[in-house]
Amino acid sequence: MEHRPVVAATDTREHLPAGEAREHLIVIGNGMAGCRAVEELLARDPARYQITIFGAEPLVNYNRIMLSPVLAGEKTFDEIVINGLDWYADNGITLVSGDPVTAIDRVGRTVTAKSGMVLDYDRLLIATGSDPFIIPVPGHDLPGVISFRDMKDVEHMLAAAERGGSAVVIGGGLLGLEAAHGLSLRGMTVTVLHLMPTLMERQLDEAAGWLLKQALEARGQTVLTGADTAAILGDGKVEAIRLKDGREIPADLVVMAVGIRPSVALARAAGLDVGRGIKVDDHMVTSDPRILAVGECVEHDGQVYGLVAPLWDMCRSLADALTGAPSGYRPTATATKLKVAGLDVFSAGDFGGGDGAEDIVLRDASRGIYKRVVVKDDRIVGAVLYGDTADGNWYFDLLKKGESVGAIRDALIFGQAFASGGGQADPKAAVAALSDTAEICGCNGVTKGQVVSCIAKGAHSLDAVRATCKASASCGSCTGLVETLLALTLGDEVEAGPKTMCKCTSFGHDDVRREIVAQDMRSIPEVMQKLHWSTPDGCSSCRPALNYYLLCALPGEYVDDQQSRFVNERMHANIQKDGTYSVVPRMWGGITSPKELRAIADVVEKFNAPMVKVTGGQRLDIFGIRKEDLPAVWADLNAAGMVSGHAYGKSLRTVKTCVGSEWCRFGTQDSTGLGVKLERATWGSWMPHKFKIAVSGCPRNCAEATIKDFGVVCVDSGYELHVGGNGGIKVRATDLLCKVATEAEAMEMCAAFVQLYREEARYLERTAPWIERVGLAYIQSRLLPDADERAELARRFFFSQQFSQDDPWAARVAGEEREIHAPMARFQPVGEMA
Amino acid sequence: MIGEWLDIGWVNEIPVRGSRTVQVEGGNDIAVFRTGENKVFALLDRCPHKHGRLSQGIVHGGAVACPLHNWRISLSTGEALGEDKGCTPVVPVKISGGRVLICRASTLKAAA
Repeated sequence: MEHRPVVAATDTREHLPAGEAREHLIVIGNGMAGCRAVEELLARDPARYQITIFGAEPLVNYNRIMLSPVLAGEKTFDEIVINGLDWYADNGITLVSGDPVTAIDRVGRTVTAKSGMVLDYDRLLIATGSDPFIIPVPGHDLPGVISFRDMKDVEHMLAAAERGGSAVVIGGGLLGLEAAHGLSLRGMTVTVLHLMPTLMERQLDEAAGWLLKQALEARGQTVLTGADTAAILGDGKVEAIRLKDGREIPADLVVMAVGIRPSVALARAAGLDVGRGIKVDDHMVTSDPRILAVGECVEHDGQVYGLVAPLWDMCRSLADALTGAPSGYRPTATATKLKVAGLDVFSAGDFGGGDGAEDIVLRDASRGIYKRVVVKDDRIVGAVLYGDTADGNWYFDLLKKGESVGAIRDALIFGQAFASGGGQADPKAAVAALSDTAEICGCNGVTKGQVVSCIAKGAHSLDAVRATCKASASCGSCTGLVETLLALTLGDEVEAGPKTMCKCTSFGHDDVRREIVAQDMRSIPEVMQKLHWSTPDGCSSCRPALNYYLLCALPGEYVDDQQSRFVNERMHANIQKDGTYSVVPRMWGGITSPKELRAIADVVEKFNAPMVKVTGGQRLDIFGIRKEDLPAVWADLNAAGMVSGHAYGKSLRTVKTCVGSEWCRFGTQDSTGLGVKLERATWGSWMPHKFKIAVSGCPRNCAEATIKDFGVVCVDSGYELHVGGNGGIKVRATDLLCKVATEAEAMEMCAAFVQLYREEARYLERTAPWIERVGLAYIQSRLLPDADERAELARRFFFSQQFSQDDPWAARVAGEEREIHAPMARFQPVGEMA
Repeated sequence: MIGEWLDIGWVNEIPVRGSRTVQVEGGNDIAVFRTGENKVFALLDRCPHKHGRLSQGIVHGGAVACPLHNWRISLSTGEALGEDKGCTPVVPVKISGGRVLICRASTLKAAA
């Protein structure tokens, strides 16, 4: 081992148990299959092998499937990294990147890299993937002709798009269409050339291929099918393409995406048994028992693979074999559920027709939907879906199980919800009806049973599910399914017993609130003590909730616990992903002035804020402010008369208005004036969650009041008051609470409603789910019939407001908690940093 | 030879269940935490997940919740807790006469 390279990872020797030499496993290929195989191996026996991974690209392990979103500008490279450098370090893996292996010596059991480095191995895993196929037409080697395979190709395309012009993509399969989509989005004029008569002919039938072509053409791409490339033309760089029928198409960039071939050169040179791919047995062992191979480079039982799901199965079989528990890889049917250029397509099984096969087809031209299920002997043998792929997994499940669909045949094409008898489209019921063996995540081969058991073991969020069983962690197209399973699984738990506030307590939110008031509790530690908290000082879920409940119960008495506040409420600004903050000054009712605008402009320039954004709530948001600069920014804004906009808080955010009767020919009341009054009355109040208000001057509703927590729609005869709207993840229009005749009544009703919400909703519950939970009738019963009760609620609100309407920025500017904006110490190493 | 430990200030300068940072010129910040039990820990101020500033998170028990996506990171080991996997470098701390001292070599290594 003396000639071990030291490259990106930690020194692996310290991970070795004393006096014990582990076998050295070298992995050639730092891509999806190679690293997945290593992950599977580590999951079974992390200490068994000493591992070195060689990668040809100078990068860490990333998700090749996601190169398309990178090209399209939807993701950055960092977001598609599967395993960063810390993964290699944490697992004691040596990564040699940017230095491809050039030779394998099977007798001496060594590999040689391009740099000349020679390493010996006990086991060798070849995961070299595949190479893009380049059609050998004249001009194929001109500069500007590239493939679409790795990050380098993406960078090349991005650079070309930057220069603009025309791009020709040869190949109308998935990869080609993704490349065309990305280049088109980035402003190039794109032509797709496809040899076959329909696009994606291996995944789609003619009808779906045609719909796809129409959709792409509608987006401005030119799609030529039956187009055979004769030559690529150009002098020193690509300039055009000539087809065999003589047509010439100008091109500043040519992307060849006509297919892939297993990358077998290294294996072949080493004398391994190679057919179309490197031949492996069920345990992924090649003709040399010391050497294994996995992924797109292998041939198993005469088959080569390009989809990710079978590769994951191979990795599992390989890891089982390498840890002494061989299971054996068995190919299973695969389905393709894809988003091509933002369009949903799905196919599975055999849709070529044939003897005794019958087609059931549904077309919905107005919605651009095409569904075709192929049935033979009352069993589904294939399916093609375009535009609406929600039922794809259900059809695929029926196909794999070979169950008779005779009984539901007539309803089959309408999808699971309908066919299962409900008669109404309930996506939850559809997911609930899936069998445990139904595949949820095609990328990672995760079944419904595995997702549900992972949720049952405590993965109560999408992120947790992704981290645990990897469902929806690759391409993300099954995210909706996973979320439905979370809702179904945790929903049942709610029915079985009350949901607790968090893992620290056995009490639910409502119990805790009731006890705080009943026992007159006055501090977070007191609540934790009296209610038998199971943790010493709670967690990041219960601490902010308790802090709010106490603040609401004891206005003017309870001292806010800063350490129980989420960072934004502690810093009075919104943390951004790079650790800087955004700052939103209050603009009452969305109205501003030259003085305020000048102050904002000055702040932007003085502190080099990289962006100012007009928000949905009619404010200006200043981005990229450093924590240390916040007090100075606030001081400048305060000087112009502006205060905190609380855009960071579980509190009143904004009151959005239209111009109303003062300017608008349709306006019925002074909506801006009322908006300003409402904002002056409610700003600064802490709430269970953020709270948005809008006032529209007429039923045209330009201020979008009917998707706010509290919305006022002015009419000739007075004010319609609406509650419980939400424009977020789940859009909900408001319910009409009541109609009042005067501004004063509207103001009182707003205060009473806000106070009821403050006192009774659970922490982090917006008004929309709160009203859905308790019912509009309940809210109305508390606010409408009894004028005294309403007045009392409003009184309690205004009482608490007198303690909360202090500008937190002004306090910070005056020096309060100065230390949290400044580092505790600065350290200047002298010539020691790398 | 420069000392092995860096004196960064008084324990009381760190809020209980809170955090302060140490700026390292040319490198990443170090976050110094003080728990409810009055223990002091230091980590690289960078969540292993998406590099959130751990110093801005909520400190509870012996862990801090990252402000970006609520990953819980152990203050003593730097390891992500629960289902999440990842680790952020730990900087050894010692308390002497009410002063907080952090390991110079680890600070340099972590911040680099």
